[in-house]
Amino acid sequence: MPRLAARAALLALGLGLLLVPAARPPAFYESFLYLVFHWVALATSWTILSGFSGYFSFGHGAFFGAGVYAAAMLLTAGLPLLVALPLAGLAAALFGVGVGAVVFRVRRLRGELFALLTLAVTFVLATIVLNTRIDGGPGVYLNAVPLPRIVGSTTATLYLLGLAVAATTVATAYAVQGARWGAGLFAIHDDEDVAEVLGVPTYRYKLLALGLASGLAGVAGAVHALFVTYVTVAETFSIVVPLYVVLMSVVGGARHWLGPALGATLVTVLMYGVTGGETAVVGRALVGLTLVLVILFLPGGITGRLARRRPAPLAAPAPAATSTLSALAISRSLPGPPAAPLLVCTDVRKAFRGLQALGGVSLEVREGEILGLVGPNGSGKSTLINVISGHFRADAGEIALGGVRLGGRAAHQIARLGVARTYQIPRPFAHLTVRENVALAGMFGRVDRPRRTAEREANRWLEFTGLAQRADALPAALNLHQRKFLELARALASEPRLVMLDEVLSGLAPGEMADATRLVRDIRDRGTTVVFVEHIMRAVMELTDRVVVLDAGSLIASGAPRDVMRDPRVVERYLGTTHA
Amino acid sequence: MPSFTLLAQSVLSGLLVGGLYGLLGLGLTLSWGLLRLINLAHFALAFLGAYLTYTLSTAFGLDPLWSLVLVPPAFFGLGVLGQLLFARFGVTQFGSLLVTFGLTVMIESLIQWGWTADYRRLEAPAWTASWRIGPLFVPRAELLALSAAVALAGLTWIWLRYTWAGKGLRACAEDPEIAAAFGVNRRRLALVLSGLGAAFAGVAGAFVALIYTLAPSQIYAWIGVVFAAVILGGLGNPLGPLVAGVVIGVTEALTMALTAPAWAPLVSFSLLILVLLLRPDRV
Repeated sequence: MPRLAARAALLALGLGLLLVPAARPPAFYESFLYLVFHWVALATSWTILSGFSGYFSFGHGAFFGAGVYAAAMLLTAGLPLLVALPLAGLAAALFGVGVGAVVFRVRRLRGELFALLTLAVTFVLATIVLNTRIDGGPGVYLNAVPLPRIVGSTTATLYLLGLAVAATTVATAYAVQGARWGAGLFAIHDDEDVAEVLGVPTYRYKLLALGLASGLAGVAGAVHALFVTYVTVAETFSIVVPLYVVLMSVVGGARHWLGPALGATLVTVLMYGVTGGETAVVGRALVGLTLVLVILFLPGGITGRLARRRPAPLAAPAPAATSTLSALAISRSLPGPPAAPLLVCTDVRKAFRGLQALGGVSLEVREGEILGLVGPNGSGKSTLINVISGHFRADAGEIALGGVRLGGRAAHQIARLGVARTYQIPRPFAHLTVRENVALAGMFGRVDRPRRTAEREANRWLEFTGLAQRADALPAALNLHQRKFLELARALASEPRLVMLDEVLSGLAPGEMADATRLVRDIRDRGTTVVFVEHIMRAVMELTDRVVVLDAGSLIASGAPRDVMRDPRVVERYLGTTHA
Repeated sequence: MPSFTLLAQSVLSGLLVGGLYGLLGLGLTLSWGLLRLINLAHFALAFLGAYLTYTLSTAFGLDPLWSLVLVPPAFFGLGVLGQLLFARFGVTQFGSLLVTFGLTVMIESLIQWGWTADYRRLEAPAWTASWRIGPLFVPRAELLALSAAVALAGLTWIWLRYTWAGKGLRACAEDPEIAAAFGVNRRRLALVLSGLGAAFAGVAGAFVALIYTLAPSQIYAWIGVVFAAVILGGLGNPLGPLVAGVVIGVTEALTMALTAPAWAPLVSFSLLILVLLLRPDRV
């Protein structure tokens, strides 16, 4: 049980560290270990947003600094330590949430733009602090603040405070990584749009993660204010904080709760371990070299390398699973009387910079049918799917699912109401295994399941789509046919009422196409309504109950497949007019 | 309200410092916009150039003009080496930000090891003197920096717009595969461009040495404002950082004249934040 052993070792380490002050070591060692804790707390808190969700922030110095100065103000005003520290954390968290509430609304602000923006926020905050009464220029002295002596000296007190903050932060990161919320953040990391369409409330999750990350950084900052006893704007908001935090997390591995702690320890030892005169410069140069080498040779960091040995998969599904699935099935082999409409689109319009992609489309999808949606390239099929799933907001018109209006709802809310889709070019979450990809949909779909249940359910859907053998593979290891089926499994795992299949057959070999066709029919037979977008007419004729034809953003025909295909307007669109 | 002369002098010095922003941003915008590499080490390289200029002048008695002849060609080689490294390892845009940060720290350590962390000031009276135009002072070195920025940005613009190499580079930035299918040798062009960017850092460094007091930690002082100029100017456009740099420089100088000098950073960073929030597709 290596996992258990690792946890026991970690616990023993924590207890051992707790006992260090009792041995009354020289103050130098306590101070050095305090610095390790300080960087562990900062790097780990950074990872909760940036490592997990991929929103690399260069603004961690701002949240750290907010904590430093909030503590400086509160403590010099005479507040007791145990009130001031949480309040400083709260101030930093509120600042973080305030920044996030604006920044996360802009869809394109990801990657390096987010990094630069957060860096700029740091400098703006620094300028404001420097020029107002918060600091005013000369810096703030904290040496008059009385420190409670828990054991022995003040350095011991600081040591214990640092240890407490670091341990809390690492424990928080551990909890987040294991939670539903953490799974959502990892999905955001790989493909935020897909995560949202699968039901992950991306905006709220990012905001929470930023709030938590900045709150923890703020508490670390508050303790650090006591440690340095004299805080200045230049030191507090220097570029060193965000850059070292990024460096430490990347070295240790930013996708793992323990990675930043490992990286922080390693880098701090390199930085302060080699002290005195010329060697300090060498230490810094080594830090730089480490970063270069890690990015070039070890992109996942230390934990990334270790995690490549994947943990054993969960137990395979019991054979009874298949029978429970078929028990869910509703027999639909005989076409009954026309059912009630499940999805109703009324005069839906959408334009992109003057190009009218949808020019007032009205259609309905009946409960339990397979509706074929066809039309030439650029006719608006994909736009319609994107509008129904909530990825785009319609300019006008109304969409309702089972009587519930979808207009104005975010994509993740629409997903929870029971709408799922697949992508023509598969978009799996690249860093999650096939099973995790499917389980994620189960965790955030119509029924929100806990992680373990969702993973068990995922096994069933992988069985259903014939991917059970590849459950532990990463999507990159799948061929196109398997990726297409992964798309299907993921859409189905959310147990949707309506699933929109965007050209599932394109690019498949004839044998695979037969498999896919059978699968689509099975899906409907299990009670899910299907919108089937396809160019391959034979499959459309074979599978669908009804067909609607889009052309240049308008509906030009609808009805039974055979009738629609004889419609002269449709024939003209597909084959051109006869020039006799 | 400050006097008219003070305001005019502010606008003038803002214009001149904007030239330096443009000069520092030129190499940055080229590598980010055309090679998709964010080169933080550009600033460290510029400071290495500044320190070399300082040493060439104080230890060997060479006129700072000589360092404009000696340093940029040597840096061209460094730029080529860097690009070879990036291409060999297929460094991504975000990876480049981290790798070049590592390089920045290494160069900073090198500078600190060679020149110590003490402040260094290059004394070159012939260059640091000012011309007087009416009530206004025009510092010679800064005017030269602005002229160099205009000249280099202009030449680069012409090169990108009218030569085959330049058009090839722009095509690669747009779509590397299609450009390759049309016979554009991206590898070689990227080496040239990276070399040029580093050489521009050398030129900027010589002027930094003439105008400012040097300290290794000052490397980081420029990052924010120059990035603001690069993004405001539109990536890959050689004239962008110059124009945006001048706008930022003048607004900063006016802010300093009207309030306190310490408020100046607020201008560039607020501008940067606003551009990112309102026009993220510019980048």
